[in-house]
Amino acid sequence: MEILEILKECISTLTVNKMRTGLAILGIIIGIGSVITLISLGQGSQKAIEDQIQALGANLLTVIPGGQNTGNVRGAVGSATTLTLNDAKAIQTTDQITTITSVSPEYSGRNQATAGRNNTNTQITGVYPEYQEIHKVIMTTGTFISQRDVDGITRVAVLGPSVAATLFGDRESAIGQNIRVKGQTLQVIGITQSKGGSGFNNPDDAIYIPLSTALKVIFGADHLTSIAIEAKNKEVMTDAQNQIGYFLLSRHKLSDPTEADFSIFSQNDILNTASSVTGTFTTLLGGIAAISLLVGGIGIMNIMLVTVTERTREVGLRKALGAQKKVIITQFLIESIILTLTGGIMGMMLGIGVSYLLSHFMSVPFTISTVSIFLAIGVSAVIGIVFGLYPANKASNLQPIEALRYE
Amino acid sequence: MIKVSHISKIYKIGTLETLALSDVSFEIKKGEFVAIMGPSGSGKSTLMHILGALDLPSSGTYILDGENVSDLSQDELADIRNRKIGFIFQAFNLLPRTTTLQNVMLPMVYAKIPKEERVKKATKYLEMVGLSHRLNHLSNQLSGGQQQRVAIARGLVMNPAILLADEPTGNIASSQAEEIMGIFQHLNKEEHTIIMITHELDIANHAHRIISLKDGKISGDKKNSRPTKAKFIINREGDQ
Ligand SMILES: Nc1ncnc2c1ncn2[C@@H]1O[C@H](COP(=O)(O)OP(=O)(O)OP(=O)(O)O)[C@@H](O)[C@H]1O
Ligand SMILES: [Mg+2]
Repeated sequence: MEILEILKECISTLTVNKMRTGLAILGIIIGIGSVITLISLGQGSQKAIEDQIQALGANLLTVIPGGQNTGNVRGAVGSATTLTLNDAKAIQTTDQITTITSVSPEYSGRNQATAGRNNTNTQITGVYPEYQEIHKVIMTTGTFISQRDVDGITRVAVLGPSVAATLFGDRESAIGQNIRVKGQTLQVIGITQSKGGSGFNNPDDAIYIPLSTALKVIFGADHLTSIAIEAKNKEVMTDAQNQIGYFLLSRHKLSDPTEADFSIFSQNDILNTASSVTGTFTTLLGGIAAISLLVGGIGIMNIMLVTVTERTREVGLRKALGAQKKVIITQFLIESIILTLTGGIMGMMLGIGVSYLLSHFMSVPFTISTVSIFLAIGVSAVIGIVFGLYPANKASNLQPIEALRYE
Repeated sequence: MIKVSHISKIYKIGTLETLALSDVSFEIKKGEFVAIMGPSGSGKSTLMHILGALDLPSSGTYILDGENVSDLSQDELADIRNRKIGFIFQAFNLLPRTTTLQNVMLPMVYAKIPKEERVKKATKYLEMVGLSHRLNHLSNQLSGGQQQRVAIARGLVMNPAILLADEPTGNIASSQAEEIMGIFQHLNKEEHTIIMITHELDIANHAHRIISLKDGKISGDKKNSRPTKAKFIINREGDQ
């Protein structure tokens, strides 16, 4: 019997038994669709979290004054005055530190800012232009603090979007207007784009001014509250951390690292925590996906096995009328392949469609991994084919009359 | 052509054993028309399944055309059933949800007969049993008698050398049964061997030889010197 004949016979069997065919295909669709959707969601969420961390600056090191051990001799971390602009300049210029690209000396303090009758208590940060690149600040309008502003101690300010909204309502009109901080007048030259952060260090709720202005005009300080340093890449983070540490120790004439009057934090620490969180998350979703694959598989298996009585009789009859074993096996194999292929393709389209919709509504990036597709289709195909062939194989080893009598 | 010697069949269900056939021996020559009679449960169908190579005896030998059936492989048996034997099941055994025409064409599919010829032959035999107006009905949309006639058409369609019919007229009104007997006698005239199970003496009397079974044993084997003649009508249009 030619393969074309068998194929026709299969299609006729499949179309004749619409209920059975439909249910089997449905099982496969649901199995494959849910796996693809879940894995896509997991990966999308992971990517979303990584993107957010990336946005904060993934290769960022932060030096703050004060030691790491909170002994009773020292003040609270960050309150010390041991970090100076000269430290920052030295880190920038020394050839002992080879793993960094740029350095941003910073001075921050919280203060009242007013504009007309509006006022807000916000973070005021004195910055170098490097701040913009290191912290990935994007401007909505106007410009960021320039080197000329720093050199000239100009009285200008860049506002975070929340501050701009609070002080001026309409953000656009803020440019060129004046705000007052500690009795000094500053002219607004730019507004930053929202980063969607929240909490204490919210970059949207901040005012940036030239570092020189912050130190000499507003706060009257001669030290820094932090130095942000960008490492060349993720891999050299630890090296950079060590190089900066030893360099500052020797600059501060300290021999023992435990006596350090500064601390260095790496974005790595945050990234690691986040990675382990998203990793757990992905494992969890992977687990759920595996379960749905199992459930889908059992669904396929059930449909195949529920009809085993009827199918066994069918095999018995076909054998009685002269079908050879290989013809019967081929017929059932082709049937199973048609089923899993149809169901597989439909399930894949469903999975991709649902993933797309969900990622849209949950505003996470839309990612589809080919591995998940192959895995889902592979597993369902194996289940479909194994349990599709099972009755055929079993029945074709029986005497035709036994198969015909099967219950 | 058919030679069974000392065959027995034991069905085992758990520890319960049923002796359906015990030490049955007989010979049937080419071109014979034999009726097998006997009370319900006497082993008629069991014997017929063995003769049709659908099942193997528990002991004894069955020689079909010089070959011991127990020595043949499943695939060889399938081929023999396809080409040599036409089987009409007591329980019809039609493919469910499949059309009359497709059911009758099925043995020809496995014989690799081209499609046009399959349709032509199947149509012809369905006409012969009076079902030309039911070609595209699904098997489960037919009455019992109609299903039986589809089963008869399927048994005849390969023009088999041996026709095995298990109660072929059990569900058919006597006038139509008479027509079926006409077909059988017509075939028999063309040297086809026919073995038919029936519990009706009227029907059995169409055969030339009547074998009686009782409790799995042969209780009688006699010649019927004056078989009833049935009219052979072909190409009749439809039934009511
Ligand atoms: N598959 C089976 N398993 C167990 N016992 C069986 C099986 N098939 C038949 N039998 C038993 O074998 C005996 C003979 O059965 P068989 O079907 O051959 O009878 P029969 O003469 O065809 O009867 P009827 O006229 O009712 O069709 C019965 O007692 C029956 O119960
Ligand atoms: Mg019977």
